[in-house]
Amino acid sequence: MIWERDEKAILRLHKPEEEMQYILVTDVGSTTTKARLFHKINGEWRYALSGEAPTTVEAPYENVIMGVQNAIREIEELIGLKFLSEEGRIIKPHAKGRGVDFYCSTSSAGGGLQMMVAGVIKTMTVESANRAALGAGAIVEDAIAVDDDRPDYQKIDRIRQLRPDMILLAGGTDGGTTTLVMQIAELISAADPKARLGADYKLPLVYAGNRDVRPQIQKLMQDRFALEIVDNLRPVLEIENTEPARMAIHELFMEHVMSHAPGYPELMNWTDLDILPTPAGEGMAMQLIAYAEKKNVIGVGLGGATTNVYSVFDGKFVRSVSANLGMSYSICNVMKEAGVGNILRWLPFEISEDDLIDILRNKMIRPTTIPQTLDSLLVEQAVAREALRLGLKHHKTIATRLKGAKKVHRMIGEMLEYMLEETYIDMMKISIIGGTGGLLSHAPRRVQSLLILTDAFQPEGVTKVYQDSEFMMPHLGVLSKAFPDIAWNIFDKDCLVRLGTVIAPKGTANPGESAVKVRMEMPDGTIFEKDVEFGEIIRVPLAEKTRAKAVISPRHDLDVGAGPGKTLETTVEGGVVGVVIDTRGRPLALPEDGEERRKKLVKWFDSLELYPRNS
Amino acid sequence: MSKNKTSDKESAEEAYAYTPGLKVKRVISVLKTRLLPIPGEILVEKGAKVDFDTIVARANIPGKPTIIKASEVLGIAPESLPVFMVKKIGDTMEKDEIIAKYTPFFGLIKKFVKSPAQGVLEAISDITGQVVVREPPTPVEVKAYIPGTVVEVLPKRGVVIETYSAFIQGIFGIGGERHGVLSIVAKSTSEELTPERMSLEHKGKILVGGSLITIEAFRRAVELGVSGIIVGGVRGVDLTSILGYEIGVAITGQEDINITLIATEGFGKMNMSIRTFDLLKEFEGREVALNGATQIRAGVIRPEIIIPNEKRISESKKELARGMRPGTPVRIIREPYFGKIGTVVSLPVQLEKVETESFVRVLEVKLEEGNVTVPRANVEIIEE
Repeated sequence: MIWERDEKAILRLHKPEEEMQYILVTDVGSTTTKARLFHKINGEWRYALSGEAPTTVEAPYENVIMGVQNAIREIEELIGLKFLSEEGRIIKPHAKGRGVDFYCSTSSAGGGLQMMVAGVIKTMTVESANRAALGAGAIVEDAIAVDDDRPDYQKIDRIRQLRPDMILLAGGTDGGTTTLVMQIAELISAADPKARLGADYKLPLVYAGNRDVRPQIQKLMQDRFALEIVDNLRPVLEIENTEPARMAIHELFMEHVMSHAPGYPELMNWTDLDILPTPAGEGMAMQLIAYAEKKNVIGVGLGGATTNVYSVFDGKFVRSVSANLGMSYSICNVMKEAGVGNILRWLPFEISEDDLIDILRNKMIRPTTIPQTLDSLLVEQAVAREALRLGLKHHKTIATRLKGAKKVHRMIGEMLEYMLEETYIDMMKISIIGGTGGLLSHAPRRVQSLLILTDAFQPEGVTKVYQDSEFMMPHLGVLSKAFPDIAWNIFDKDCLVRLGTVIAPKGTANPGESAVKVRMEMPDGTIFEKDVEFGEIIRVPLAEKTRAKAVISPRHDLDVGAGPGKTLETTVEGGVVGVVIDTRGRPLALPEDGEERRKKLVKWFDSLELYPRNS
Repeated sequence: MSKNKTSDKESAEEAYAYTPGLKVKRVISVLKTRLLPIPGEILVEKGAKVDFDTIVARANIPGKPTIIKASEVLGIAPESLPVFMVKKIGDTMEKDEIIAKYTPFFGLIKKFVKSPAQGVLEAISDITGQVVVREPPTPVEVKAYIPGTVVEVLPKRGVVIETYSAFIQGIFGIGGERHGVLSIVAKSTSEELTPERMSLEHKGKILVGGSLITIEAFRRAVELGVSGIIVGGVRGVDLTSILGYEIGVAITGQEDINITLIATEGFGKMNMSIRTFDLLKEFEGREVALNGATQIRAGVIRPEIIIPNEKRISESKKELARGMRPGTPVRIIREPYFGKIGTVVSLPVQLEKVETESFVRVLEVKLEEGNVTVPRANVEIIEE
């Protein structure tokens, strides 16, 4: 369940909720520690201030506490209040103008929660285990299956090479195969993997497979691993039950993983709520959007090291993480995966591939620097488009239907072959796109984030675009475990920025041809009416929290959601950007010729007033 | 395999610096923790003097396991496997030695399971019918890497070695630990390192260039058997040619190359900082240790050059960096002033608007050409 008070997670309360004045929440990210201060003003909880400082999980500091203190000090400096004692501890509760009443945190520093998952059939139990681990906020380093085409020795080599924080082992339906489950268990046991954060503690292993082999699993695993047995995540073929595994992962994350990271034992003492992995907090916030609006949502957290994509589609929540797609540490991996040409295609100025490579490599080695010039900003936003595009592509391989038991042939050991089905993510059916992460939150103009998300995800039909105002979705996600009402109020009023609505017909036409006629009854009673040619992108101002009735008529071969050539009557919501009519085509194709492409980009950017014009 | 950790006594004091700079120190105490990947045997005692290649610790990494589907090979039910085992758990065996056999029909049919390698029988499963043979352990040794004194023995784990040395951190490197005699081949910090600058006499040496190493020069260095190269910059596209693959995330040091390359400034043509160049020049002809290993994420490791220098400094307690303040020397590490060196003039508390229209925390820096405002995130402190 989302956004319900979780009594078990609350470690301590310093005063009754109604008497509380200040709440402090931090997210210890891989690059930056972000502190957010929430304050009750006139009986209402609102966001007050932010403080940020480099994360200090790494040498030479190797103590996460310093970054947390530095981020809090920044808030102290801005607000003129004292939250840290002389010894550097958070003062609790708030009294006489000093201290806060509640403190909690999320964390993804030091590589977050890194897991290995294993099971029997790649497209079944392993896929479900993968989703369970990802849903718990983990980065899945590898998924090992009995049928994954690698010979045993290669799987063993790989397991020995990995230094995961935790293993999730699944396999078999209840009452199904026992032999194959034990085969993969024996393989893991023989490989004897070691924990990432030190050789002197037992590696946590969650078993969520066929319950019939629990005694054998216990016998085989309990000496080598910190074993936790939970309900089967695939009790029958048609059901995926990832919740017990996800909960066990969170418990073991606190108990075994966090307690071994530098400075975390102290941080755990400070927090009044269990520390959550950052993506778990972010995922809770994304689910809330879908829950509140009863719509299909695609959300994305574009971080320094990783890109998390979340989808809530027909009520099903799925998270994927692209561990090496990010804007700082992983910027060169985006270049590697996308190809430098694909980054360059988003730049409106001429630059050689070799020079662009050097710029990106310099960002990689000095990941905490920020763009000062407009060209630098354009480069980073170009990379963001590609990181998001690849992130969504990856997400679609995770957000797939449960594979049915389409039996093709039977072999010894119940080895089955299953038909792969495509993703259920259909951009035409996605009503909301939500974005968070430093690059999006810090975009100097909000329209920049809207276009980055639009270019990368290519929404079809009519889609609302939201973003996090100050990067506080993880903060509010974790806070909601203790104070769901407080978190929701801040989320709605201070966190969620409604950027606007994108109207984008699916299909292509020739430039200059009429693509779509849009008629909108604006809140002030005026009528907006325009026949938009193919290849354009225009912006119609419509303020946040206002609506307009719209009649959208695409040309015969384009579709805005009612079918090719069919008129769609709907209500569009405004935002800080307004309504964007994007007739650049789906799929969006940029001109091959460099000069032509740059001209087109400048035209689109100008049309949306994306950047200051004098440059 | 070893974990390197450099710590000088200043690290705790630097906690408040926004961006700790790369260290370029004339004389500091360098402590290196040399760790085994798994517990093992320590070969030196506390107080022992060690040299670059002294082996200080040794361990045996458990051998590779091989899983054999024995019941399948014998054509029997998994639960019957224990009956047909010739070897017991813990037995040692040679390659091709018989582990299990099944001879039905009075020996007319003979089926065997042979050991795929020399090793020990580790497990027999009557559920899956599999057996596990583990190969003999592989020995690993850890060298001292730097000459100095063993100041601490970490039982079964490793040792800490202390040396007094000049110490220079690079920004990015490839290739692992090496040592060799330092040879300056560039006349100035801006000169490019080209093949013509190298000759047979550079075999086994550590060469210092200026602003850039060309791909031709790198290839020539490999041909000549040069041990290491220290240079201001390298082009990203050349790095890919050198390695034969593109680096995605900056975790290096394990490359399969016989040379270590350290860039002190970054990617592209970048003049080596005068301070770094002068320091290296001062120690020309000395035997130095260097390591290209770089890890930007999770436990930052920067490439390093260690020049043992027995002359100890009297523990002069210079005022140590406690973050930036007016007068702090800094280097700008991003456009539009990338590479420029200056001193902090002021650190405004309020956020300021930069060209991108972002409001960021900035500082004012005095450069030769005048005062400029840059984001605080875009400078690093130059450690005196």
